[in-house]
Amino acid sequence: MLEKSKTHAQPSGDMLVEMHNAGVNRGGRWLVRGVDLAVRRGEIVTLIGPNGSGKSTTAKTAIGVIQPNEGHVHRASALRIGYVPQKIALDWTLPLSVERLMTLTASAGRKEISGALEAAGVAHLAARQVAALSGGEFQRALLARAMLRKPDLLVLDEPVQGVDFTGEVALYELIRDIRDRTGCGILMISHDLHIVMADTDTVICLNGHVCCRGEPQSVMDSPEYRKLFGTRAAESLALYRHHHDHTHLADGRVRHADGTITAHCHPDDGHHHHDHADTEPSVEGGRDA
Amino acid sequence: MLDDFFIRALFAGIGLALVTGPLGCFVVWRRMAYFGDTMAHSALLGVALSLVMEINLMVGVFLVAALASLALILLERRRALSTDALLGILSHSTLALGLVMVAFMTWVRVDLMGFLFGDILAVSRTDIAIIYGGGGLVLALLVWLWRPLLAATVNPDIAQAEGLRPERSRLIFMLLMAAVIAIAMKLVGILLITALLIIPAATARRFAGSPEIMAVLAALIGAISVAGGLTASLQFDTPSGPSIVVAALALFVLSLAPSPVMKTETSSAETKP
Repeated sequence: MLEKSKTHAQPSGDMLVEMHNAGVNRGGRWLVRGVDLAVRRGEIVTLIGPNGSGKSTTAKTAIGVIQPNEGHVHRASALRIGYVPQKIALDWTLPLSVERLMTLTASAGRKEISGALEAAGVAHLAARQVAALSGGEFQRALLARAMLRKPDLLVLDEPVQGVDFTGEVALYELIRDIRDRTGCGILMISHDLHIVMADTDTVICLNGHVCCRGEPQSVMDSPEYRKLFGTRAAESLALYRHHHDHTHLADGRVRHADGTITAHCHPDDGHHHHDHADTEPSVEGGRDA
Repeated sequence: MLDDFFIRALFAGIGLALVTGPLGCFVVWRRMAYFGDTMAHSALLGVALSLVMEINLMVGVFLVAALASLALILLERRRALSTDALLGILSHSTLALGLVMVAFMTWVRVDLMGFLFGDILAVSRTDIAIIYGGGGLVLALLVWLWRPLLAATVNPDIAQAEGLRPERSRLIFMLLMAAVIAIAMKLVGILLITALLIIPAATARRFAGSPEIMAVLAALIGAISVAGGLTASLQFDTPSGPSIVVAALALFVLSLAPSPVMKTETSSAETKP
């Protein structure tokens, strides 16, 4: 336990899930131990850490998929959880369209389904078989399914895996957008140490235990983080910041800040004060370590 | 109408196929073919034990098949051997135990071939009542369990996180399997039960765009296999149980044949435009 500062307080949000000194033991080995974590409504908490550092275990423990062997997990009563797991090994023999995937765990009206697909930018894929989707399309479909539940807490395990850099930026936009519109709390696992959403309120860096935590910038500067990942890695931690006001949807169209959707974006239409942040996102430091 | 043995067999077989089709879809989706085989093989031990303890055969088979699946879950948790090896041990040892026990029981005349390969032509009105009553109950429970079981099949963690209790779904599903094996044993025999679960479902896959359609198609394809197999067995004087499985296999092979109509349908549904 290098640093055990309290999660910085979010004045307004209700507590959704809280872990106190939680540990998970499998076959005599502690996968994670001594984890303190809290997610409040409207807050984005990101877990980062090397492979095998217990990120997924921590997230699964927070939502009750895994029971902790020590410590406590407290979830708000009647908490609605939307979960996007790291991997889905779908057997080829199971025919499942994107539209059918939407009602996997709960029924929903046609209008709500198309609304969620539209918001995730995959409305044009509704009839497509899930097995035929690309990595990014699949992640968006899973995200649409999770947000269709109108969850209090959205848990995303490496939501941008298998997505190229441009898509990554667009997905982070979408996640921020979900938080802004629904006010849900988000617990996210980042697949890449070097890319953390700038919108993240708290970054928790795991390595079998909580190695350090705080706002993205302070974690990046902390000696524990540098010790764990090396100075070079720390220097290349990139914070994606969005300076622009429109979203490039997966089908090529553009959604503007006022909610209108057009086929292209126009640099002189007054909405813009930048040039295509999607293709050249503003990052601090290079991507490669 | 049920006076004729052939009509009775047809009725019984179709009733069974309507249940094994949808249930078999889950066996295929969850990759539990070998597991189903193991449960079916344990049925012979169930037969032997029911004869010793003088209880109803179906009840005995159901109990032993259910216990075999529970034993597997418990053994799996110990993580000493792979599931594959455990299934192999359980499958063949329960079958062998059953055979040995039956051999010891010199005081009862046991029609071993009847248990191994079934005797659908010998079904009585009572059997038909049990098939439709029990089968109807299994189908009703499957419909009730559909959403949580499908969610657990796609991803158990999602099902757990979103409150659908995948472990409970799995347990109930295993009990349904045990029930179907108990019902089906007299008709197609314990060695061929899994064929009726898997082959129609595998055949249905190619024509289905959703899980629900696949389940309905599997039931229909199973019913067609029963009708075709029984007719052929009457025609060529072949054993009825195996003939039904051969008919199911023929339909499966036909479903693999390239057809221009099917090709465009599947490609528009499954590949990018």
